Amino acid sequence: MLKLYDAELSSRLLLGTARYPSPAVLSEAVNRSGAGIVTVSLRRETSGGKTGGAFFELIRKLGVRILPNTAGCHSASEAELTAKMAREVFGTNWIKLEVIGHHDSLQPDVFELVEAARILTDEGFAVFPYTTDDLVVGERLLAAGCRVLMPWCAPIGSAAGPRNPSALVAMRAAFPEIPLIVDAGLGRPSHAATVMELGYDAVLLNTAVAGAGDPSAMAQAFAGAIDAGRLAYLSGMLEPRDMAVPSTPVIGKAVFS
Amino acid sequence: MNLIVNGERQFLEAATLAELLAALEYEGEWLATAVNGDLVHREDRADASLKEGDRIEILSPMQGG
Repeated sequence: MLKLYDAELSSRLLLGTARYPSPAVLSEAVNRSGAGIVTVSLRRETSGGKTGGAFFELIRKLGVRILPNTAGCHSASEAELTAKMAREVFGTNWIKLEVIGHHDSLQPDVFELVEAARILTDEGFAVFPYTTDDLVVGERLLAAGCRVLMPWCAPIGSAAGPRNPSALVAMRAAFPEIPLIVDAGLGRPSHAATVMELGYDAVLLNTAVAGAGDPSAMAQAFAGAIDAGRLAYLSGMLEPRDMAVPSTPVIGKAVFS
Repeated sequence: MNLIVNGERQFLEAATLAELLAALEYEGEWLATAVNGDLVHREDRADASLKEGDRIEILSPMQGG
């Protein structure tokens, strides 16, 4: 079981709700993925509350935990207010903390991120920080009160897959007791399997599923890859070797000449 | 009076945040509101007085990653 703050979850997939072709496809993808958590956002309402209301109803019917985000925030103060407004709307103290520092890469502003994490923890939030694979930042986030870390493996929406597996390995080793979730940059199920094989506890996906030709089928494919990667991590994988090692026993081999 | 609602200047007569929401026909338990950068809880909107130039944010659930 995956334990995140006060929750125990059987699925190790967290799924975003943006960019699907239709609400029906979104629902189907969430159901087929088996995800126990979906991410949502808050935006300015322009039609008397009707747009947000319809979406909220759809999400509630899915029967999964809701993880609101602070996407689009560029400072700790913006993130703090957004988080408080999200708590008001969604009735949860969970918050996926995003504080963006760069427009092109959507890299987190780790200085504002740590500050926001400290403020929100003090306000009673369970903070899920979208961060980099920097170990010092990870330590600061834990010191600020975070009990989960969510490093990127490549820029948001890039589908590039793990660009720096060594850094992910180092992060796993540095924080053995902390749930680590790869958030952002995954493009294919094999990418998800790779980070799970490295010992990551879960992955958070959105574009890789929503942008697929068949989102719900892709959601299922990712779920299978995540389970396979987790099982492999627990099963003791071999280290690669440079030379061949015969798999068939040599002892008892016939000699014909 | 002049108010900035979700980034747009509007001329409205509304003494409180609750009156503003009613005037703009916003309704629903899923709305979150802030005035001048401070959260105003649902139950406090009827007591939240507005004044000339106030900046009001009205947010609701949207898709997110």
